[in-house]
Amino acid sequence: MTELLSVRGLSVDFVTDGGVAQVLDGISLDVGRGEVVGLVGESGCGKTTLARAILGILPAGAARLRGGEVRFRGADLLRADPVAVNDRVRGRAITFIPQDPSTSFSPVFPVETQIMDLMRWKSPRAPGGNARAPRWRYPRERYRTDREAVLETLRAVQIPEPARALRRLPHEFSGGQRQRLMIAMALLPDPDLIVADEPTTALDVTIQAQILRLLRELVKERGVSVLFTTHDLGTAHELCDRIVVMYAGQAMEAAPADVFFARPAHPYTRRLLASVPTGTGEIRDIPGEVPSLVAPPPGCRFHPRCDYATPECRAGRPAPRALAPDHEVRCHHPVDAPGGVDA
Amino acid sequence: MSAAWFVVRRLTRDRSALLGLLLIAALVLAALLAPVLATHPDDVFELHPAERLRPPGGPHWLGTDRMGADVYSRLLFGARITILIGVIAVGASLLVGVPIGLVAGYHHGWLSDALMRVSDVFLAVPQVVLAIAIAQTLGPSLPNVILALSATYWPWFARVVYAETRSLQKEVFVESTAALGASPWRLTVLHVLPNIASPIIVRASIGMGFTILTAAALGFLGLGPPPPTPEWGRTIAESREFLPDAWWYAAAPGVAIFLTVMGFNLLGDGLRDVLDPRLRRGRGAR
Amino acid sequence: MRAPPLLELVDLARHFPVRNAFGRRTGWIRAVDGVSLAVSAGETLGLVGESGCGKSTLGKTVMGIHAPTAGEIRFAGREIGRLPRRERRAVARDLQYVYQDPGASLDPRWKIVHSLHEPLKIHTRLSRAEREEQVRAILTAVGLPDAHLDLYPHELSGGQQRRVGLARILTLRPRMVILDEPTSGLDVSVQASVLKLFRSLQEAFALTYVFISHDLAVVRSMCARIAVMYLGRIVEMGETAAVFAQPRHPYTRSLLAAVPRIGGRRVTLDFALPGEPPNPRDVPSGCRFRTRCPLVQDVCATQEPPLREVEDRRVACHLA
Repeated sequence: MTELLSVRGLSVDFVTDGGVAQVLDGISLDVGRGEVVGLVGESGCGKTTLARAILGILPAGAARLRGGEVRFRGADLLRADPVAVNDRVRGRAITFIPQDPSTSFSPVFPVETQIMDLMRWKSPRAPGGNARAPRWRYPRERYRTDREAVLETLRAVQIPEPARALRRLPHEFSGGQRQRLMIAMALLPDPDLIVADEPTTALDVTIQAQILRLLRELVKERGVSVLFTTHDLGTAHELCDRIVVMYAGQAMEAAPADVFFARPAHPYTRRLLASVPTGTGEIRDIPGEVPSLVAPPPGCRFHPRCDYATPECRAGRPAPRALAPDHEVRCHHPVDAPGGVDA
Repeated sequence: MSAAWFVVRRLTRDRSALLGLLLIAALVLAALLAPVLATHPDDVFELHPAERLRPPGGPHWLGTDRMGADVYSRLLFGARITILIGVIAVGASLLVGVPIGLVAGYHHGWLSDALMRVSDVFLAVPQVVLAIAIAQTLGPSLPNVILALSATYWPWFARVVYAETRSLQKEVFVESTAALGASPWRLTVLHVLPNIASPIIVRASIGMGFTILTAAALGFLGLGPPPPTPEWGRTIAESREFLPDAWWYAAAPGVAIFLTVMGFNLLGDGLRDVLDPRLRRGRGAR
Repeated sequence: MRAPPLLELVDLARHFPVRNAFGRRTGWIRAVDGVSLAVSAGETLGLVGESGCGKSTLGKTVMGIHAPTAGEIRFAGREIGRLPRRERRAVARDLQYVYQDPGASLDPRWKIVHSLHEPLKIHTRLSRAEREEQVRAILTAVGLPDAHLDLYPHELSGGQQRRVGLARILTLRPRMVILDEPTSGLDVSVQASVLKLFRSLQEAFALTYVFISHDLAVVRSMCARIAVMYLGRIVEMGETAAVFAQPRHPYTRSLLAAVPRIGGRRVTLDFALPGEPPNPRDVPSGCRFRTRCPLVQDVCATQEPPLREVEDRRVACHLA
């Protein structure tokens, strides 16, 4: 099976004041063509770092790659020529939707300037890494075609009166509208994969519902894959075909969305789902605290807080086990699974 | 006092701040131990016209001045004057400027506007010019120099304290302590003041350098303490007619002023780097 | 009729002036624009709405952080909205306010022990020994060890700071606590811990809560009664279970329909509320929700619907 994006054994360290934090520990995941994959986890789990590693925008001074590979369309992005990656992949084949729409735009330039600047370099019609043609040139023909594409995409994201909107400054738009603009900008280069970092966290719930619906319709229509990080399980349910759960830098479980919510096997996943508030019933939290990544627990990092932990869990990290063709879990004692424990 | 020790330790990691600290320490030592360190301690008052304008060498490490007095010894005693002026002038500015800044920062209305406009007026005039004007009017003497310098430096404290108080008011802990029922007095003295101690300290250190420089300028213009006080600025003024032959006469106090001011500035910069980020930086790896 | 309500708001309003570059007033932001409600002792009232609805401003106005522009605030039978400052400060003993991050309410330069003693020093004349006893009791109630007393806030974890912030408020044994977005931005498991803590504290100290949040799931699990706000006014108010089961106001219906659920059909597939909430500077005439309401009629533009009793709750809609 040729996956679009294939991460294998990725490990990243961060150098901090308090020591070296092992932020990602042997992460593996796949994103298929046209698939929406959700990276779910709480703060400190490493999902944002993973998203940045895939885009290749980890902070150069602090981040250290310890091992692993990120294969995109077959090529390992971490070891490919950085110039080629920057040219053809980043912002083109893989685009990004950041979390906070209020800081994604420069406040001093009209939206048109910023979007057309993007199109100059990253439009599908822009010349590739061909050294002969000077790439900063923006021929009028292409400008016009690109601008038409921009207007059309703005209509697709439901920005009213796109031509007028382009002339406005970013602060004249609401948060929801700015996020629509970011979605448009992520779609314009005609990407294969969009990486979205908590794209609806900062929005009100009714606006969030609009954006989620829009995003899902557009990517399905265009066959774009999405890798999207969130700590909100509800949002993941709305948007994703498949969900990968992370905890303290380790991937714990990966399953299709319906299986994930109906029959989670990993104890952490089960605890996480149980802590979502429902009616006035009992509230269940997870005892203990998220571990420090500078001195993480050995073996499975969740074992200090796990109901089913045994010395085996401390001794070594569980290998990935496939409970079903699509359902993979890394646990010595998956719940309600053959060879595991009973709930 | 572990906080002070922490600060010193962090400071020593910064080389230029360390240099500043050493220079100031040297200054303080020179001032304190002047009678001990001076080779000719009585030269502050006695005259030896036979020895006038001797170049450095022999018993006179930095040569002699026009009265035959040992330049080195007078330099050491001049350090005392320098520190005295610096500390008292900056101290007085602080005692006036900080409360004014606090009141202006806390109030929102005519009072705060009025106070800040007054301080703006003082700031609008170049400090040296204002100090000269005041010293000239009052007459040359040590207390008058100190008065003139305090009167021109207090607005800097008021400004810093005003800005910091205003910004601190928006902090959650100030608002929440007010919501707990704390009186404005308690908020200002117990909460705001300790949290703005850092900028005040930094400003005081930089202010020392600036004040000393201005004091030397006043001394140079003859508006400082009258002779035979070995004030550095006045010494430079005295040396003017003997330049460039008796270069040591001007060089000694000149270099002393330079090193002192630089020392305070370096220390102030170092303190600023150590004190402020410490407040804002959280702990631990995320 | 049982005991009178602990907190009663009568047509409370809080407007903020909008000034242009010259300082002249060009309009008003009507953040809270006529809110009336009552909270009985011991209950938990949830106040929900999206950004710009005025729920936070309402909390701050009741607390006294903002002065009311109009209307009355009656606490324990006493009007407190227009009290002079010194008397208003004394009310802090009984009515307290928790910020979104209670840990931020601690002075970073004060040791925990001093921060905890402070409220008692302000409001009581207890001796040092008596204060120490109170402080220890509160620390136990929030689940923190005595050893933390000697630390500075930055030496504690975020969760521990939060507990200290809560402890500080509880030393006064207030009767009512306004919680302003206490779980916003928290991870779901941390949120669960915090909600558990709130519940246990409510029991231990007989507290009455006003729980301000935009998160409907949280409000549903914590609050017996709920008030939905839109653009400065309450549009629906009643028992939580009833409102969730059968929302009567079109906005409430849209709000509930927008909340992603876990399991089952994707809600956003059917979600249909268009547009953005209007600016609180430019409140529409008549019913404020009419610009987005799927059931809008002519009368909605001319007359503002009052909040009136409809069966088991109150609704502000001409069509309810």
